[in-house]
Amino acid sequence: MPREDNYILDMQDITKIFPGVKANDNVNLSIKGGEIHALVGENGAGKTTLMNVLYGLYEPDGGQIFYEGNEVDLDGPEDAIKLGIGMVHQHFMLVEPLTVTENIVLGSEPRSGLMLDQKTAQKDVKEISEKYGLFVDPEAKIQDISVGMQQRVEIIKTLYRGAELLIFDEPTAVLTPQEIDELFDIFKSLKEQGKTIIFITHKLKEVKTISDRITVLRSGKSIDTVNTEDVTKEDVAELMVGRQVLLEVEKTEANPGEEIFKIENLNVNDNRELPAVKDISLSVKKGEILGIAGVEGNGQSELIEAITGLRKIKSGKFELRGKDITNFNAREIKREKVAHIPEDRQKRGLIMDFDLKENIILGYHDLEPFSRNGIMQYDNIAQYTEDLIEKYDVRGGGMESQAKNLSGGNQQKLIVAREFSHDPEFLIASQPTRGVDVGSIEFIHNQIIDRRDDGAGVLLVSAELSEVLSLSDRIAVIFEGEIVDVLKASETDERELGKLMTGSQAEAGGESNE
Amino acid sequence: METLTKIFSLSLILASFRFATPLILAALGGIFSERSGVVNIALEGMMLFGAFAAVYGSASTGNPWIGVLYSMIAGLSFAAILALVCVTFKANQIVVATGINIFASGITIFLLQVLFGVKGTSPMVNRLPAFRIFDVRFNPITYIALILVPVAWFILFKTHWGLRIRSVGEHPAAADTLGINVNKLRFISVLISGVLAGLAGAHLSIGDGSAFVREMSAGRGFIALAAMIFGKWHPFGAFGAAMLFGFAEAVAVRVDFAFIPSELISAIPYVLTLVVLAGFFGKSTPPAASGEPYYKGEK
Amino acid sequence: MNKYSDKIKSVLTDLGLSLLSIIVALIVGTLFIYLTDKSPLDAYSALYIGAFGSFRAIVNTLWRSTPLILTGLAVALPFRAGLFNIGAEGQLLMGGFTAGIVGFYFTSLPTIIHLPFAIIAGMFVAGLWGGLPGVLKAKLDVHEVIATIMLNYIAMALTINYGINLFKETGRPATPRIMKSAAMFNFNNMNKYPFLKDLPLSDLFSQPAIRLHLNFFLAVIAAVILWYLLFKTTLGYELRAVGFNPDGAEYGGIKASKSIITVMFISGAVAGLAGVGEVLGTHFSFMQGMDAGYGFTGIAVALIGQTHPIGVILGGLLFGALAQGGLEMQFSGIPSEIVMLIQALVIFFVAALQVFKVYLAKRKAKGGVE
Repeated sequence: MPREDNYILDMQDITKIFPGVKANDNVNLSIKGGEIHALVGENGAGKTTLMNVLYGLYEPDGGQIFYEGNEVDLDGPEDAIKLGIGMVHQHFMLVEPLTVTENIVLGSEPRSGLMLDQKTAQKDVKEISEKYGLFVDPEAKIQDISVGMQQRVEIIKTLYRGAELLIFDEPTAVLTPQEIDELFDIFKSLKEQGKTIIFITHKLKEVKTISDRITVLRSGKSIDTVNTEDVTKEDVAELMVGRQVLLEVEKTEANPGEEIFKIENLNVNDNRELPAVKDISLSVKKGEILGIAGVEGNGQSELIEAITGLRKIKSGKFELRGKDITNFNAREIKREKVAHIPEDRQKRGLIMDFDLKENIILGYHDLEPFSRNGIMQYDNIAQYTEDLIEKYDVRGGGMESQAKNLSGGNQQKLIVAREFSHDPEFLIASQPTRGVDVGSIEFIHNQIIDRRDDGAGVLLVSAELSEVLSLSDRIAVIFEGEIVDVLKASETDERELGKLMTGSQAEAGGESNE
Repeated sequence: METLTKIFSLSLILASFRFATPLILAALGGIFSERSGVVNIALEGMMLFGAFAAVYGSASTGNPWIGVLYSMIAGLSFAAILALVCVTFKANQIVVATGINIFASGITIFLLQVLFGVKGTSPMVNRLPAFRIFDVRFNPITYIALILVPVAWFILFKTHWGLRIRSVGEHPAAADTLGINVNKLRFISVLISGVLAGLAGAHLSIGDGSAFVREMSAGRGFIALAAMIFGKWHPFGAFGAAMLFGFAEAVAVRVDFAFIPSELISAIPYVLTLVVLAGFFGKSTPPAASGEPYYKGEK
Repeated sequence: MNKYSDKIKSVLTDLGLSLLSIIVALIVGTLFIYLTDKSPLDAYSALYIGAFGSFRAIVNTLWRSTPLILTGLAVALPFRAGLFNIGAEGQLLMGGFTAGIVGFYFTSLPTIIHLPFAIIAGMFVAGLWGGLPGVLKAKLDVHEVIATIMLNYIAMALTINYGINLFKETGRPATPRIMKSAAMFNFNNMNKYPFLKDLPLSDLFSQPAIRLHLNFFLAVIAAVILWYLLFKTTLGYELRAVGFNPDGAEYGGIKASKSIITVMFISGAVAGLAGVGEVLGTHFSFMQGMDAGYGFTGIAVALIGQTHPIGVILGGLLFGALAQGGLEMQFSGIPSEIVMLIQALVIFFVAALQVFKVYLAKRKAKGGVE
């Protein structure tokens, strides 16, 4: 039974397990009819998984779902659609070469005889579009319209199928500020018409602006559900990040030397060719750790890819030891004694089907003593691998095991072993401990500090605020592709950073630390 | 001058239609399959097996129309293998299709021996009667092919079936989220392609001829694939390309050019297709999800 | 745990899957044999005797497997780099044709120059023919499957239709016979050479209808070289990385486009060697029908060999044995096309079982964590 009568939806103890992760662990979510409910949490907290369960895309491994008072069993999206649940996915589910109308009616097309009834379809689309103030061009092809309009098409798609409960997965991630305002107007208009909205986000400003209630997920668990008016942004931020046990990082005062790396006026676009990094200038000194704090998706990934030669830049300049390395490719940058722990170890950092000894030389594989005259020196490599496996405590398989057989922590240690073993003078670490066990986290942190103490400059990017705080000597806060402030780590705290990260710079200056 | 008159003589144009018929049919088949997201390089084998089955049907019943029916069943059965292994079990589409092509070569020659006791050419069988419309005499399959072009266009672009087929070939996950059964639609589309390729085979063996000759498809399945690409996965485009290629074949057979050896004319479809794919005539892009198996509900 | 045990396990799984596919294909093949009113047991024993029943049978099995090993390698190598070369057929034709022309055109070269020249010329032209789709893929993003299909038929038109007509001197659809100086050494002639005739097996080799020639050894050497290239050289390391994970390779500073073009050139050259051998060792002229679908059978060979060069040798031997044994079957009244059917069935089952293997791996991954 739903726990309260006015719940249109009550998800109880939902559990969903993927190979290697418990994405949802006894999650509870209850939604009142006619409310705008924000579902917040860091990346990987399990929000999208939970919504995919609700939409029938994933079958839960445990738990019950009540909709309008009845327990329901969702075998596929068609079941969810029938109940009146609609979903606007983060990556739009639109068929690019088809028209707006075709995308909307797909799967429940009006027909006249054998033909698809384009006229009725367009009329229906127009009606919905006018009723909810969702302006679209019914005859345009998806590939020719703006992202904002594509999103409206997605919304009409759900309404066309009679959705009463609409799920939005990070709807603002791809929108411009004006488009976000328009979206929120749409939310209000939907609410006025009696629709219920679940809205996934990690942008707290938006949560405060638009939602009625908030449910916070963290590491696959539901932490709390609160009324929006009863809490501040900072309260929600704390629930999201959690009062994590601060791992004691033993580190001495930094002893920064001369500047090793400098970024000047960097601009980089994302995959959609929209600006992701806006006019960033930064510098890193020898013997210091510069942390970049920010909510994910604010340009960090693009920034790091640009620095490491994996993404083209629009404009700007990089200097390493005073040498211009702006247009160096990935290989040339590595040769400049730059080490890089990439944010996605499965996509970038490792060749999962390669064994340990092949992975531990990736990027250095054509150098002596691993390669001589184009011939791999596997004896040398084996010796080298054996040493590093021991030194970096990589467990779970010998040098002949494939990387994919290692746990996340050991995979990460393997990357650290590789990248730290070529006397790096400049070190880029992106999400170095994501999905890594506690023991490995401590190990990796100590390794990073050791490099710093050896005189390397370190650029650290992490979504874990506590990690940035405890490791960094200086912290640059990134928000919407811009560096909003650079602070000394010893003179700031999570609260201040949290405010800067969520774009409430002015307030941060005005309030004193309590 | 004399060459020019020869090129544009009526008989040459009629011959172009005849040569184009199997290309049109198989290309339409290819369009259905690829529009739904399954690359079908087994058109060649389906056509060959269809050609054999048509002869067998005609020989065993004396009725060439039964042959036509058999040819479609033959194409369908190969298509069912492709669909089962690649759509249902998600094996590599290119690998399995190559297997089907080899299988088709083997099984037709094998059955020639088992059923007819010969190795190269089957006995003569009753062929389809030609129909005369004004001055034009074609076998029925040519007319069928010409009718199927607008029909295929109608199905793909004017009905809800077509909309769904195109959507699963472009963005299967989007279709899935709307409750469309991606793999079922793909399965059916592959079956349609098999029927059409089989029919193309019947044209070769009992439409245009009256016997089966080993390897008689002779690469036409691949030319049809080329016509499909050249026609940008559109029925009318593929029809135009097939006509062009059919015309080239007719010309190669009948006209001697001083400047290009007739043996090389047969390569024109392939060269043109490469040129098109390389983007020299505007980019020709296949359906986005073509060749990718669809796994439901996976991360 | 032994540090090599994972590797051994995976080799054994691959071997098991290949064997299983062959066995299932042979079993399904019996259905077709029943259609001929013959007993499958008789058919398969004829197959066995034809392939392995005598010294001559065994040697000729090696001969038959030669082009298959080479085309198998030409498919397997790009497969490791994430590419599907179904153009081995066309590459074989270009190589064979070039070798045929060089073989008859130069009339007064000594063997020591003429033969290597013909081999290298054939491999080089075939390499270019294979490299072209590589360039198209790397630079213009043209899918290599479609490009190689088209190039197969262009090669047929160029060589079989046009090329032969350009050079043929008799009614036979073939280029003129090559000079003796360009012919590959045939084991049948062993006892005509001073030292070789004293070797232990020379009498056996000089019995009639022994067809084995030099190219078999070149094929085995090619397999060993490719194995070395793939697993021991830096280039091999890079192209395997690209094949497994292009993003990871890019991170490691590896240029995918260079790997793609290189691997397709090499693969074309190896397929070309198959054609070269058929012309210089088997037929002594480039003739219509000499390709015999080897390019496509090569796909089956590569798959059954799990795209490992040494596995490809085994796969080539298996399919060579089927081809050689098929003749014996033919003599006992069973169509040798059974062999093609079995080849096709092997492809289906290997492809389907590959999926099964992936499924097993996934299940293992799921069971492995809590």
